[in-house]
Amino acid sequence: MSLEDLYREVILDHYRSPRNKGHLDKPDYRAEGVNPLCGDEITIELAFDGDQVSQVAVAGQGCSISQSSASMMSEAIKGKTKGEIEDLTKRFRDMMSLDGEADIGLDPDRPGAVLGDLESLQGVRKYPVRIKCASLGWNVLLEALDGERLS
Amino acid sequence: MADLSHLKADFPVLSNGVHFLDSGASSQKPIPVLEAMDNFARSSYANVHRGAYKLSVAATDAYEAARERVARFIGASDPNEVIFTRGATTALNMVAFGWGMEHLGPEDRILTTEIEHHANLVPWQMVAKRTGAKLDHIPMTDEYRLDLDAYNEKLGPDVKVVAVTGMSNVLGVMPPVRSISDRAHEIGARVVVDAAQLVPHSPVMVEMLGADFVAFSSHKMLGPTGIGVLWGRMEALEEMEPFEGGGEMISEVTLHDATWAAIPHRFEAGTPPIIEAVGLHAAIDYLDSIGMEKVLEHDRELTGIALERLGDVPGLNIQGPTTLEDRGGVVSMTLDGVHAHDLATILDEEGVAVRAGHHCAKPLMRRLGVTATARASFYVYNTEEDVDALIGGLRRAGELFGVGE
Repeated sequence: MSLEDLYREVILDHYRSPRNKGHLDKPDYRAEGVNPLCGDEITIELAFDGDQVSQVAVAGQGCSISQSSASMMSEAIKGKTKGEIEDLTKRFRDMMSLDGEADIGLDPDRPGAVLGDLESLQGVRKYPVRIKCASLGWNVLLEALDGERLS
Repeated sequence: MADLSHLKADFPVLSNGVHFLDSGASSQKPIPVLEAMDNFARSSYANVHRGAYKLSVAATDAYEAARERVARFIGASDPNEVIFTRGATTALNMVAFGWGMEHLGPEDRILTTEIEHHANLVPWQMVAKRTGAKLDHIPMTDEYRLDLDAYNEKLGPDVKVVAVTGMSNVLGVMPPVRSISDRAHEIGARVVVDAAQLVPHSPVMVEMLGADFVAFSSHKMLGPTGIGVLWGRMEALEEMEPFEGGGEMISEVTLHDATWAAIPHRFEAGTPPIIEAVGLHAAIDYLDSIGMEKVLEHDRELTGIALERLGDVPGLNIQGPTTLEDRGGVVSMTLDGVHAHDLATILDEEGVAVRAGHHCAKPLMRRLGVTATARASFYVYNTEEDVDALIGGLRRAGELFGVGE
């Protein structure tokens, strides 16, 4: 495991140029989370069109792993339903060995969401103290979806 | 150069070649400290005080000898002014609650600083809320020093206590505690010094320091975790109520009331950290065998080398003074485009252990305009090679993240 495997170019790209950065005018759901140990902060805002996510905004600050993970996540959840997002989250958490078997999120034959760029984060698994960085945005996402609808 | 490179062999953890630059968080332990604790636990261990058998007497003697050793190390005239605590944090809480709750009210003001570690800030916030006292702060100048003009302006008759660090764990700066104390005493305020970084790295004579309370931890000065010291001027200790009640700290107890034992035991409820006191004793012997002047000189020399070479790393910003005046061996830094946690991970892969984060000083981070820094801190076992490894790791991080491209 080398540093190049952890800091893949796609991760650094999302870190330098985070996608969907900012805030929504009228979010349907909103949540913010902080990792008190390291101070990383992420705010997620979601707008729905019917049962699908139409807009996502991510704000916050922190390390390349937390910010790139949230950036890639914001791209991956667009157009998805709540159920599909939960499935994606499950696959991501599996990949990070947070629960269930490692690597099942990478099996292309499994039904449901495909991780895509997010697979680049699997190198983080070898750095246990950094897994919480990668998972911060996802925890905030689930909190947003479980929260009260704002509009 | 105060060449201490021969000392590295005394520290078993360092034998695998790690470049350990996180002594500001906790220091490594030399073999004499480990052996002293091991020997004591094997041969002389029992609970202290009141035991009417030889082992307990031997343990009590060792525990009280450690108190006398601490007193001698910090120039305290009376060993009874040395209270063993769980660490510097507990010592500061003892003062905040044991002294503050007794002497502060809604008309009073607590003066602490913008550069404080949470341990000398949060307890005062808690006590301010409970007593109604106001909390005020000495600001930092743009040169990373306490603003002493602002301090003089803020000092008023309502200021009852001034709580200040002896050495910042983020900036490395050593505020002029003596003059701060003298000014505070002119208006009758008590002065509490968080010396968790100062005592391990600099000769400290408490009588010269001028403060009323001085707190520090053993684990940052080559000793074990679980023990620290609160030194207090006897007249100040007499103003303090015990923060914890229990065994060891009483004189007489009835079902409804109790009277306190004499100082220091009044403030040492329950079984104290006995083996740890023996370890701290050995750590002080070890430090004194080097000489604290030499420890400070060594830390400063490494800091000077680091500051000079860090200046050549593209995109590197020192968060703190770049001169050696009134500063210890702590260097905080940020690297443009690379978050401190990524820096720490990359440095770790290069065998360099540094701390990354807010260093328990969130208000100071805000004042610096950063959310986190990477911090290298030096101690007796560090060498120029450790600094070189740090510089190499920082350059590697810059390359990996394309800093300056």
